[in-house]
Amino acid sequence: MTDHAARDLFPGALEMMVLESLRRQPAHGYALVQHIRQRSNNLLQVEEGSLYPALQRLLKARLVKAEWGLSATNRRVRTYQITASGLRHLERQISSFERMFEGIALVLNPRKAATK
Amino acid sequence: MNWISRIFRRRTLQDDLSEEIRLHIEERAEQLIREGMSPTEAERQARIAFGSRTLFEERSREVWQWPTLESVWADVRLALRQLRRSPGFTIAAVLTLALAIGANAVVFGMLNALVLRPLNLPRAQSLYAIEHGSDYGYQSYPDYLDLRDRNRSFDSLAAFTATQAGLDTGKDASRVFGYQTSGNYFDTLGIQPYLGRFFHCSDERGPNSAPYIVLSYTYWHSHFQDDRGVMGRVVQLNKHPFTIIGVAPPGFRGTLLLLSPDFFMPAVNQEQLDGHSALNARGARWVLEVVGHLKPAVTPAQAVADLNSIGSYLATTYPKEDGFKSYTLARPGLYGDLLGRPARAFLTGLMLLAALILLAACANLGSLFAARAADRSREVAMRLALGSRRIRILRQLFTESLLLSLAGGALGLAGSVLLLRGLSAWQPLPRFPVNVPVTPDANVYLAALAFALLSGFLFGIVPVRQVLSANPYEVVKSGSSAGPGRRWTVRDLLLVLQIAICAVLVTSSIVAVRGLVRSLHSNFGFEPRAVMMADTDLKMAGYIGDRVPAMQRHMIEAVETLPGVAHVAAANSTPLGGVQVKPPVFKDEAHDFRPANASATTFQYDISPNYFQAAGTSLLAGRAFSWNDDKNAPRVAVVNREFAHQVFASIPAAVGSYFRLSDGTRIQVVGLVEDGKYMSLTESPQTAMFFPLLQSPSSQTFLLVRSKGDAGRDPQQIAEAVRGKLRLLDAGLPLETETWSNDLDAAMFPARLATISLSVLGIMGAMLALTGIFGMAAYSVSKRLRDLGIRLALGAHRRELLQAALGRPLKLLAIGSAAGLLLGVLASRVLALLVYQATPRDPLVLATVVLAMSLLGLAATWIPAQRALSVDPLILLREE
Repeated sequence: MTDHAARDLFPGALEMMVLESLRRQPAHGYALVQHIRQRSNNLLQVEEGSLYPALQRLLKARLVKAEWGLSATNRRVRTYQITASGLRHLERQISSFERMFEGIALVLNPRKAATK
Repeated sequence: MNWISRIFRRRTLQDDLSEEIRLHIEERAEQLIREGMSPTEAERQARIAFGSRTLFEERSREVWQWPTLESVWADVRLALRQLRRSPGFTIAAVLTLALAIGANAVVFGMLNALVLRPLNLPRAQSLYAIEHGSDYGYQSYPDYLDLRDRNRSFDSLAAFTATQAGLDTGKDASRVFGYQTSGNYFDTLGIQPYLGRFFHCSDERGPNSAPYIVLSYTYWHSHFQDDRGVMGRVVQLNKHPFTIIGVAPPGFRGTLLLLSPDFFMPAVNQEQLDGHSALNARGARWVLEVVGHLKPAVTPAQAVADLNSIGSYLATTYPKEDGFKSYTLARPGLYGDLLGRPARAFLTGLMLLAALILLAACANLGSLFAARAADRSREVAMRLALGSRRIRILRQLFTESLLLSLAGGALGLAGSVLLLRGLSAWQPLPRFPVNVPVTPDANVYLAALAFALLSGFLFGIVPVRQVLSANPYEVVKSGSSAGPGRRWTVRDLLLVLQIAICAVLVTSSIVAVRGLVRSLHSNFGFEPRAVMMADTDLKMAGYIGDRVPAMQRHMIEAVETLPGVAHVAAANSTPLGGVQVKPPVFKDEAHDFRPANASATTFQYDISPNYFQAAGTSLLAGRAFSWNDDKNAPRVAVVNREFAHQVFASIPAAVGSYFRLSDGTRIQVVGLVEDGKYMSLTESPQTAMFFPLLQSPSSQTFLLVRSKGDAGRDPQQIAEAVRGKLRLLDAGLPLETETWSNDLDAAMFPARLATISLSVLGIMGAMLALTGIFGMAAYSVSKRLRDLGIRLALGAHRRELLQAALGRPLKLLAIGSAAGLLLGVLASRVLALLVYQATPRDPLVLATVVLAMSLLGLAATWIPAQRALSVDPLILLREE
C-alpha cells in the first residue's frame, strides 16, 4: 500500500490543521477541505478523502464532535465542532510543533543558529 | 469501557460515514457544474479529487475497530471454512476430543465432589472430624463427652452416628435411615431449621429425655407431601413415641457425603432405638464421628496436641477401656480416612489415567495436524512469499486447533454433565439410601474449559516448528514437502507415544477386569448362591430381652417348614454385609484387658445352629452349635483358621482351648471353620469368631434360607413364601428380602466401580489407538500412492506393496505397544492395591493385551491396505 499525500506531511499534521480550522468556526467535511486548501495557497494538495479517517480519529478521541444539520446553502451536512479537550490538545500540538519546526530550521540552517 | 456500546453503534457510524462521503462528492460535483463542467465529467472529476472511496471508508472504519478482536474473528471464519472443507477430519477430531475431555470432566467431577469440595455446610473449611488411632472415627459416648468438655481447640464438638429404625406413622411400619446426634449437632454445624425447631443441648436431660425427631427435607417432601401440619405429631420409632419437631433445610444431608438421611434424633434417646444403653459404656465405640469447627486462632497441629493430652488423661483414668491411641484430624464426609483415603487414591489414579487419555488424544490430533500442515505447506509457502508474517499463520493454525478443542470440550462437557447427573441419581445399594452426589458445579465447567484450552494448545503446537522453519522458495519450487520420511519425524514419535499410552490403558483395564472376574470366583468362606436373605431388626417391632432369641427360633422353625428349603439359620450380621463388629480378644492367661494387650481384634458373628450349613461354610474340626448352647451352658465359640493361628499359634490345638473377652469372660473353642472374607474382598486373612445366638443375643436378624439343590428355586417365590410365613408370626415386622448374591453387590461395589471406570478408559484408549494408527496409515498410503503405482507398474508383488505402504505404521505400532505393555505392567502394581487379585504377571493378561493391540493394528490398517492394493498405476500416472 502506498502512502498518500496526507501521510507525506507527518503524522498528526492533517489533524492539527483540521482542529485549527474548526477552532475558527465549525464546518462540514467539504468546507474543511476547501478551507485548508485555500489557506495553504493550494500548496497542500491533499486527496479530499483522506480527511475522513482523520476526522474519525478526532471523533474517537473526542477532540471534535459532529452533528447533522443544514448548511448556509441549505444542504444537509454533518458539521464538526471542536471540543474543550480538542482546544487543549491543539494548544499542546502547536507548541510542540513550533519547537520541532525550530529544531528542523536550526539543522537546515546552522549558520543562522550560530549567529543567534 | 465503552467498546460494548461502540459495537452496537457501529452500524450508525458506518451509515453516517457513507452518507457523509456521498454528500461530499455530490457537493464537489455541483461546484464543478457551476464552474461550467458537464454533469458526467463533473462527477468523474469529483470522484478523482476524493481519491479511493473504498479505501478511505475502510480506513475510517478501522479507526473504530477493536483491532485484535476483529481480526481474530476473521481468523475464526477462515478456520471454520477450512474445517468445513474436511468434514471427516473435523468430526473425527471433535469426537476424539469430546471423549477425552468428557472422560476428564467426569473424573474431575467425581474428584471435585468427593475429595475437593467440602461438605455443603456453613464454614466447612474449618470443620474437622476427630479420628482415634485405628478406630477411625468410632468413639464411645463417654469419651465424646470428655473430648467435648475438656478440649480448648474447638468452638464446640458434636457427635453423630448413622442408624436405622422402624418408623411407624400410623399407616405402616417402614425402615428409615438417619442420624443419632448429640444435642448440639445442628448448633455446631450452624444449620437453621426449614420448619419448626431443632433439638439443642438444653433438651438433653439424661437418658431418653428428648424423644424428638427432625425430618430431612427429602423425607418430609416424599413421605409427608410437604404437610406443615406434621409438626408436633407423634410417630413411633422402634415402637417408642417420638415427636416431630422440625424439618431440616433442603440440601442438608448431615455430615456423611454418601448417605441421604431420613431423620435426625438425639443420641441421648439411643436406648429406645437400640434396646440397650450405651451412653455410659466407655468401651462401646458406637459414636461414628465427632466433628467441630476449630477456633479461629487454633491450628490443626495445636488441636491434635490438645486432643492427645485428653487422650493420655483418658488412657490413665480408664485403662481398662481406653488404650492410648493418638488422635488425628480428618475431613468429615467420607467416614474420615476410612473411606476417604481409598477414595482419594482411586480418584487420583483415575484422574492420572484420564489425563493420559487426553494426552493420547492430543498426540493423535497433533500428528493429524502436522500432517495437515504438511499438506498445506504450499499454501503456507505462498502466504509467506506474499509477505504474510509467520505469526499470522501460526495464529491461524492455533485458531483452528482451539476451535476444534472448544467444540470437542463443549460436546464432552455436555456428555459428562449427563453422566454425572445420572451417577448422582443412581442408588447403587438398593437397601440403603446411599448415593454418590457428584452433580457438577462451576469448578467442573471451568476444569472442562481448561482441559479444552490446554489440549487445543498442546496439539496446535505440534506443527509450529514445521511452519517456522518453512522456506517458501524451496516448497514452491519442489511442489510438495520432502518425500517418504527417511528419518524419525515428530509425527512418528507422537504416534509411538500415543500407542504406548493406549497400551497402558488397555493393559490396566484388562488387568482390572481379570482381577474382578477372579475375585468374583474366589473363595469367600461361604457360598452365597441359592441363599435368600431376609433381614429385620426385632427391636423395630418392639422385641427386647429374652423375647428376641425366642422369636428368632420361631422364625427359623417356621421358615424351615417351607417346601424346597434345605437349611435356615439366623445371624446378627453376615460376612461382607456392611456393619461388622470387631472386638478385641485375649489369651486365656491374660489379666490385663487393656486394648493394647489384645491378641487380636476379631470379627464377631452371633449365629444360630445350622448357620454353617446355611451359609455354606465348611467346618474343619470340632462341632457347630445347637440350641443347647444357651445362657445356662458354658460359653463356647467356633473360630476360623486365622484365629487359631494368631491366638493359639497352632491350628490343631485350637479346638478345646480357651480365650477371653475384654470383660474377662472365658470362652472355649469347640469348632474350627475355614477362613473367609469379612470386610472387603481385598483384605488379608482376618480372624473371625462365632458365638451362639442364645449366649450372645442380638436383635438384628439376618435369616439365611438355603434352597435345596444347587440352583435353588426361583428366588422371588422363596422370598414371597418367607415373607408370608414371617407375617403370620408378626405382621408388624419390617422385613427386607434379597438374594445373598445381590446383597454382596455392596461389598463388590468399589471393585465393580473401579472395573467399570477402567474398562471405559481402556476402551477409549483402544479407540484412540485405532484412530491414531488409521490416521497414520491412511496418510502414509495417500502420500505414497504415486510411488506405489510406479512400484506396481514395475512388477512389485502385493506383499512388497503392503510392506512399503504399511511397514512403517506397523513398526511404530509394535514399538509403541511394547513400551506401553511394559509401562502398563508397572502401573498395574498400583491397581493391585484396589482391585482384588489384580496381578499383571498373568500370562493370560499379557496374551490378551498383545492380541488386542495386534487386532487393533489389523483393523486400523485394513482400509488403507485395501486402498494401497487397489492402486491403478495407469490412472495415477495419467494424472501427472
